[in-house]
Amino acid sequence: MVAVSAPVTRRLPSRSYLTGAVLLAWIALWVLLNGRDTLPLGGAQLTPLHTRFGEGADVIDANRDSNPVFLYFVNYIRLFIDATVTFVQALISQPSFGRPVPLVGWLGVTGVATAIAYLYGNRKVAVLTAAGFVSFGLLGLWEESMDTLALTLTAVALSLAVGIPLGVWAGLSDRFNRVVTPVLDFMQTMPTFVYLAPLTLFFLIGPASATVATMIYAIPPAIRLTAHGIRQTPPATLEAAEALGVTGGQSLRKVRLPLAKQTIVVGINQTIMAALSMATIAALIDAPGLGKTVLKALQTLDVGTAFNAGLAIVIMAIVLDRVTSAASRRVEIAHRTGRSGRRRLRRMETAATAVAAVVLVYLSYTYVWAAEFPAGADLGSYVRRGADAASGWVQETLVAYTNGLKNAITYALLNPFEALLAGSPWWLVAVVAVALALLLAGVRASITAAVGCVLLVALGLWHDSMVTLATTLVATLLVMVLGVVLGVWMGRSDRVDRVLRPVLDAGQTMPAFVYLVPILGLFGATRFTAIIAAVVFAAPVSVKLVAEGIRGVPHTAVEAATAGGASTWQLISKVQLPMARAGITLAASQGLIYVLSMVVVGGLVGAGALGYDVVAGFSQYQLRGKGLAAGLAIVVLGIVLDRIMRAAAARAGGSSATR
Amino acid sequence: MTVPTVEREERPAPATDDDRPAVLDVRGLWKVFGQRAERVVGTPLATLDRAELKRATGCVAAVRDVSFSVRRGEVFVVMGLSGSGKSTLVRCLNRLIEPTAGQVLLDGEDVLGYAGKRLRELRRHRFGMVFQHFGLLPHRRVLDNVAFGLEIRGVKKADRLARAQEVLELVGLAGFEGSYPDQLSGGMQQRVGLARALAVDPEVLFFDEPFSALDPLIRREMQNEVIRLHHEVGKTMIFITHDLSEALKLGDRILIMRDGALVQMGTPDEVVGAPADDYVRDFVSDVPRSDVLTLRWIMRDATPDDPLDGPELGPDTVIRDAVRTVLSARRPVKVVRDGRLLGVVTTAEVLEVIAGAGGQS
Amino acid sequence: MAVTRKYGPRALALVAGAGLLLSGCGGAKVGETQAASDGKGGCGTVNLAINPWVGYEANAAVIAYVAEKNLGCTVVKKDLKEEVAWQGFGTGEVDAIVENWGHDDLKKKYIDEQKTAVSAGVTGNKGVIGWFVPPWMAEKYPDITDWKNLNKYADLFKTSESGGKGQLLDGDPSFVTNDEALVKNLDLNFKVVYAGSEAALITAFRQAERTKTPLLGYFYDPQWFMSEVKLVKVNLPEYTEGCDADAEKIACDYPLYDLDKIVSKKFADSGSPAYQLIKNFTWTNDDQNLVAKYISEDKMSPEDAAAKWVNDNPDKVKAWLPSS
Repeated sequence: MVAVSAPVTRRLPSRSYLTGAVLLAWIALWVLLNGRDTLPLGGAQLTPLHTRFGEGADVIDANRDSNPVFLYFVNYIRLFIDATVTFVQALISQPSFGRPVPLVGWLGVTGVATAIAYLYGNRKVAVLTAAGFVSFGLLGLWEESMDTLALTLTAVALSLAVGIPLGVWAGLSDRFNRVVTPVLDFMQTMPTFVYLAPLTLFFLIGPASATVATMIYAIPPAIRLTAHGIRQTPPATLEAAEALGVTGGQSLRKVRLPLAKQTIVVGINQTIMAALSMATIAALIDAPGLGKTVLKALQTLDVGTAFNAGLAIVIMAIVLDRVTSAASRRVEIAHRTGRSGRRRLRRMETAATAVAAVVLVYLSYTYVWAAEFPAGADLGSYVRRGADAASGWVQETLVAYTNGLKNAITYALLNPFEALLAGSPWWLVAVVAVALALLLAGVRASITAAVGCVLLVALGLWHDSMVTLATTLVATLLVMVLGVVLGVWMGRSDRVDRVLRPVLDAGQTMPAFVYLVPILGLFGATRFTAIIAAVVFAAPVSVKLVAEGIRGVPHTAVEAATAGGASTWQLISKVQLPMARAGITLAASQGLIYVLSMVVVGGLVGAGALGYDVVAGFSQYQLRGKGLAAGLAIVVLGIVLDRIMRAAAARAGGSSATR
Repeated sequence: MTVPTVEREERPAPATDDDRPAVLDVRGLWKVFGQRAERVVGTPLATLDRAELKRATGCVAAVRDVSFSVRRGEVFVVMGLSGSGKSTLVRCLNRLIEPTAGQVLLDGEDVLGYAGKRLRELRRHRFGMVFQHFGLLPHRRVLDNVAFGLEIRGVKKADRLARAQEVLELVGLAGFEGSYPDQLSGGMQQRVGLARALAVDPEVLFFDEPFSALDPLIRREMQNEVIRLHHEVGKTMIFITHDLSEALKLGDRILIMRDGALVQMGTPDEVVGAPADDYVRDFVSDVPRSDVLTLRWIMRDATPDDPLDGPELGPDTVIRDAVRTVLSARRPVKVVRDGRLLGVVTTAEVLEVIAGAGGQS
Repeated sequence: MAVTRKYGPRALALVAGAGLLLSGCGGAKVGETQAASDGKGGCGTVNLAINPWVGYEANAAVIAYVAEKNLGCTVVKKDLKEEVAWQGFGTGEVDAIVENWGHDDLKKKYIDEQKTAVSAGVTGNKGVIGWFVPPWMAEKYPDITDWKNLNKYADLFKTSESGGKGQLLDGDPSFVTNDEALVKNLDLNFKVVYAGSEAALITAFRQAERTKTPLLGYFYDPQWFMSEVKLVKVNLPEYTEGCDADAEKIACDYPLYDLDKIVSKKFADSGSPAYQLIKNFTWTNDDQNLVAKYISEDKMSPEDAAAKWVNDNPDKVKAWLPSS
């Protein structure tokens, strides 16, 4: 053991010395070369590549009515999706079949949702579901909520119909898995704004485009988690089945799928969350529902109305999350109701619940009071007024302090960092990036870094990419500070967990558009505002993952340290944090991805650079090619950073294990 | 300690065994892991030992040229330390691992040529296997787990459940049909694994270290269970273990492997009494010899001085069982088969074995 | 748990029974009171794009209201950003855009090349684009409205984002701006910072006026926010025909836009009375600002705001109606 660890420990300090040397050399060269070869590109300037990207869209437009791919493929998909969404809308949200109201009214929808929550989850989530659905009505947003629900459910159903088979394939075939993984990375990091407009060329304006846009973002978790579930089937079980002579199909149906069920349900959960998070952005291409309310309110800076609708989205997210989570736990104990007597009881229970739901549906089909949510109880106006008042108070009172905070972080951290990244010659940054990747993460990562740098230059957006990178890294740093502090706190105390979790859920699912106005009021149209928006969105994930890691530390280790007389601080810093390392690494890499996914929102509030390029590309016809290039640059940044971080974490984890 | 010489004519395995026909005949079996593994077999590379082969080609020879045959109704034990290739060997027999070269003849037919449906039929009807880590389906009840093999054969639900019930009773798990695997102890889970293998009524049962994950007490109980089942159902069993005492207890014959190759094959008393090399000798040195060796191994030729009016015992009597007779008889005990005097055993020989038991040679 | 489980089905059966009872005795039935309300015919469906700003919404609301009430059309409003709306002409899903700011490139593509869209005349609104300061600054520094004095005040406009220069807060990405070129060609010690959205711009101006902090930014009129805070325009070198021909060398102010309406070729050829209405529709900046104020500040729904304005201005509405 000693012989093995000796060279490793000797190599470690030398590696960190080298890293330090690289950084010092960079700063020294920056002083000398500041401002040279930084490849800036003005707001309206285009490179030939951008022009060519732009012309690509025209080709689609020109060929739509003649190309067989459209005539026989895309158009049928569009018709199918449109019909599906319209059908679900006719069921629950829109007047249909010559009726002034949808087929199923609020009482029926609430009843069915509650019944489903009860049968697949438990009593607690059933109560939550009922309360959640009633609150949509109370907030005065029943129809909008149902539109959002209809679109989300359709997108989720289609995502699962496509994603689960692909996930199974990726789980069974290494080759397909290798092919599909980068595609999924691409789908998850490519900003929606980039493909929103081109999508309407393929699928026209309407539910189909909105659904497909949602699916692009929502399918990856379904595929990834299904593949993961299929892959983690215990080899012993598989072998036993094989020895019994199962066919491939039997092995999948009877062994792999049942064992992966729980993981797949987690994938469904994440797919639902992802689909819901697209509700607002899809509204930009006329997707019906709550997102529209939010965007409309933003036009007049109506924080109250936006918050009200955002609250409905958060409630829907929490209800769907809790029900699917409960369902995934239920899967585990599904058949465990055990003996036949209990089984019969369960069957009766199911039947009774179903009958109750059907009765409620019938009532809501027939009677006005059950069809249209009573207008009397208007919680919405209180929420609107409250949010307005809060937003106004915050903007008027806190602004005196927030400016200082903004300036402190901007001048002390963000500006120097940005100056270094964006002010150095591009080749210097590239060399430093490759060297650091090599030192911290190994050869493969350094090749990734080199390719990434070349791509960014080729895309013509080097300077903007560096500005965005600086903002992204600072935001990730803040996310991790919050993640570790709150995560440790949450991981150590169940009570804190209970209080904090809904807040985190809200941060994650509340559309950024809702809180843009108050934070703009506080911090102005600045990069710092963009950082705050990114932190609000990304920190919850990191906090949860760190907490998960802390909770995962074996009880015996904590007990041993406590028995050894460790103080709380020692316990955290010497036992829990080091042992939760995997969770913290995951928190950092997920935090980074989430921050990157907010780059475009950052562009809406003054971050400029890539985010603005994407937004402008979406809004201005002649900039559409540049917008696409900027989207690709964000993807490149995401994939390169992710790969380097993962490799570095694996290497750090590996060397600490040998020590 | 003195080791009796092997070159006795009377020593070979009991004659009754020879009558039984071979069910499974394994000839020149190789399994080499690594790229282009097939280039190793039949070339000079095959003569390299494991480490050298690894250095030369990057390939690992898990099973090296192993041949043996298993007789119908026999319990055939393959024993070796971890990494010796025994688990790979048994998986080559039912093709969970594809052998690199050799033949596996089942009733004279080479199963290595089987593919697709035929291979599945082979596994479904003629082979059964019990695994170290059970490999039960956690989402199914015990009864459904046991019926699983029949289910994939396409047996009707009522029939397969009835058969499963029957087998569950056979392994002593009646009453646990509705439980789930994780509600059972390790020993009980392995009974389920055993029942699952028995349910399809296979000709040959493979056991891959089935009891090594169990507590010693449970392990002994399970070993007895296997012995009992062997008596009741009389299946041919191929049993993998790293535990010598288990091998000696269960095996009609034992094959000892080291680094993928066969080191010795023989009955338990042959292995203990006449180790093929230092490796095996070292292995068996801790075994209480009196528990394994028979009188055949310690008898000496009668001298004219020996009074021949003492009690008679057969040559296959285990020493431990003969101790009382030998010690209480004042005169040498005659070792007799078919009325013919093979030799005599006296207190001196017995004491020497018992005194040496467990000690180093 | 087992105990409560036992009562589960019974309780639910009770609920079900109660529901059945209720259905036997209660309430107005769906469809009983509603009279069938079909359109008056002859107009059919009009697909109106709704671009995301309140002034546009005001135009669209009034047109939609008149089209539905007076002409019996079915109006489908589609919330779309401009470029997507223009694409809609090609795919046949948008019939009309009722407030268009310039967009010469889109006009070239869809009107001249693809020939799927045609102009339907001006709306009567004049669009002003330019640089603005909050009113308190114009009051305190009266000469700031002349661009020549901007460098004098550059220090006032420094922010954390502007790197030592004055900040010019640029705008909504929907508009093509010449500001980077202007700053360079007019030799101004300013840096263009992209706010990125209208909400960001308005919030910035609102806070600047409220806290009396300096701000120079790109803005435009008509815009509902102008009725809340009357921003003051900074005069750049006057626009002359062709001074903006070369985007790199621009050194003059933005032109005055005559906001216009665009309709799809198909819609224009259909002879729909709604097309006549849209073609005839004109009103003033004050008219639009009034309706926009109803929507943005008085929080009326667009329909209610339109109804109010139409009822107050019957003569103007009459002039738009097709003469049949």
